[in-house]
Amino acid sequence: MDQIAFIFDILLPALMQGLVITLKLIVWSAPFGLALGIGVAAGRQYGGPVLSRVCKTFVFLIKGTPLLLLLFILYFGLPSIGITFTALTASVIGFILCNGAYNSEYIRGALLSIKDGQMIAAQALGMTRAQAIRNVIMPQALRRAIPGLSNEFIYLIKYSSLAYMITVVELSGVGKNVATKYFIYTETFMVVGIVYLALVTITTVAVNILEKRVAVPGMNRAAAAQL
Amino acid sequence: MDVLPVLIEWLPYLLSGIASTLGLVLAALGLGVLLGLPMALGQVYGARPVRWAIGIYVWFFRGLPILVLLFLFWFGIFPGIGLGDLPAFVVGAVVLGLRGAAYQSQIFRGAIQSISDGQMIAARSLGMSRFIAIYSVILPQAMRIALPGWSNEYPNMLTDSAVCYAIGVAELLTVTSRIVSQTYLTMPIFLASAGIFILLNYGGIKVLHGVERRIAIPGFGSGAV
Amino acid sequence: MSDNNIVLRVEDIHKSFGNNEVLRGISFGVRRGETKVFIGPSGTGKSTLLRCINQLTIPDRGSVWLDGEEVTNSGARINYFRQKIGMVFQNYYLFDHLTALKNVELALLKVRGMSRSEAREKALTELRQVGLEDWADHYPAELSGGQAQRVSIARALAMDPDVILFDEPTSALDPELTREVLEVMKKLALQGMTMLVVTHEMGFACSVATEILFMENGVVAEQGTPNLLMHDPKFTRMKNFIGQFDSYRGD
Repeated sequence: MDQIAFIFDILLPALMQGLVITLKLIVWSAPFGLALGIGVAAGRQYGGPVLSRVCKTFVFLIKGTPLLLLLFILYFGLPSIGITFTALTASVIGFILCNGAYNSEYIRGALLSIKDGQMIAAQALGMTRAQAIRNVIMPQALRRAIPGLSNEFIYLIKYSSLAYMITVVELSGVGKNVATKYFIYTETFMVVGIVYLALVTITTVAVNILEKRVAVPGMNRAAAAQL
Repeated sequence: MDVLPVLIEWLPYLLSGIASTLGLVLAALGLGVLLGLPMALGQVYGARPVRWAIGIYVWFFRGLPILVLLFLFWFGIFPGIGLGDLPAFVVGAVVLGLRGAAYQSQIFRGAIQSISDGQMIAARSLGMSRFIAIYSVILPQAMRIALPGWSNEYPNMLTDSAVCYAIGVAELLTVTSRIVSQTYLTMPIFLASAGIFILLNYGGIKVLHGVERRIAIPGFGSGAV
Repeated sequence: MSDNNIVLRVEDIHKSFGNNEVLRGISFGVRRGETKVFIGPSGTGKSTLLRCINQLTIPDRGSVWLDGEEVTNSGARINYFRQKIGMVFQNYYLFDHLTALKNVELALLKVRGMSRSEAREKALTELRQVGLEDWADHYPAELSGGQAQRVSIARALAMDPDVILFDEPTSALDPELTREVLEVMKKLALQGMTMLVVTHEMGFACSVATEILFMENGVVAEQGTPNLLMHDPKFTRMKNFIGQFDSYRGD
């Protein structure tokens, strides 16, 4: 009885506040992360030797560095050379970089799977490379990359929790604070976990709907694979 | 630069951090295989309740952020079952391992399911029991198929190990931040630490590629029938 | 049971897949050393019949007896029976991760518990029988279809079975490769191996079979020795079926 009261009167209201922050982090990071991913993938695939190298190195560096260390560098490290971000800003920047790097890998894979003929046909019609990429290649590649991109988005939902380690009191942070205040640990973190599971599940369902909506007949590789 | 003498002075401490990190990663990978493989077998060959239970386990451990899992086990579950005195390293390794098992079980499952039915049919037709057939025919092939996907777990484990900072494990990130707080050489130390992580990543992947090549079998793995 | 020479007895096998009754009461007996060949239109359950014999498919009704012991409903003992009933598949199903030699050895080591040297010797002997001892250390991916199938025959032979079931062994092979496999099978028949063969190879059937059984609509419609078939006007349906084949192949 005490537990139920605790959960509903104290924990959940507090968690909702934390959830707002978490959602803020996600909403700010995801679109820019996607944009960065597209840019880096395109740069690596279609840019000149220099740009291509830069993009490749960027991905290599970000993938090889733990996100938490990246956040530390952004929040604790940069001030020592004169650049100061708020905790929230630092978190969002870190997430955009990380999300963007991993997204670019999925999009790059999708780009590689698009037949050469598409680019050739577009150019034969008089489009510049940039136009071809924007109007012909990318729309197809992005559809194919949806499974990977949504996978990354789900990771984003989960690693948003790391913002707590640089003082942003988002969902997990609130959970920890409430747990230590009332000495109720297992139940609290289980509830926090359930909230994340709910977010992840809703996302999975939404992505399935999205995939069906933007699907182009005959372009679905999964269906062909089942033949 | 000032960095080098500092690094040398703190080298032992730094090395202990690296050792801890690698220890976490290896323990977690090991636990992941130890639990993940039976789970994969359970999902492919097991009865409905078994498959259902494993599905729940996977959903839970993949759906929660590592940070929350660490907090849950460190503050809640282990003290709750009387294991409150476990060192943070052990808790970290166990949590990473349990989570790794959830991810790895799906990799193994995909590999096992990709093996054509004919292999099992032939094995059984020779009088092998299910157990022997799985052990001598299915698994040797499945493990080879799973290796590339499984190798991807290494970088993930490596970056996830840093989150164990949150429960005080003296791994590389913790060591790094302590050195920073003692020496105030913030950026150089952080960047050096990033460099070490990148090297560990790169080195480990090289090793795994080498293993892949050594156990390769002609006609295998590249979509062989 | 009564006739001591009968190695395999199949009684009243029925099998349905969903609404489709594929086997509607098949019964026959096979004596030691005989070669029975099953022919008939595709989809008449010939492969299913073979799989019911070693219980890879469980029949809905009926029983199978090997040397007087019941194979159906034998629980865990089925593994014992499967050692004595060899099977060769249309798609060979060689173990992809093992060399030809190890393919033949595996069951000897794991099921019959032979020592490494015993298993190796036996495996080499069988590979020699099918003419492939020089290919012992090659992997399935490196073998032609005909070679792969011969290895799979060696693998079945190594278990010293009482009877071998061949499920369309040459249907997946080119005509040239088909010949080398049929040669091996002929040799086995002449050596006295008891064999059940499902095939479309009429030449093989007529020259090697002790008896040919024509299956249609889930039952054995007509059966008889090759000689009888060719000369007795009674076997019209079978002749018509064979006739279709002959016109195909210009035999």
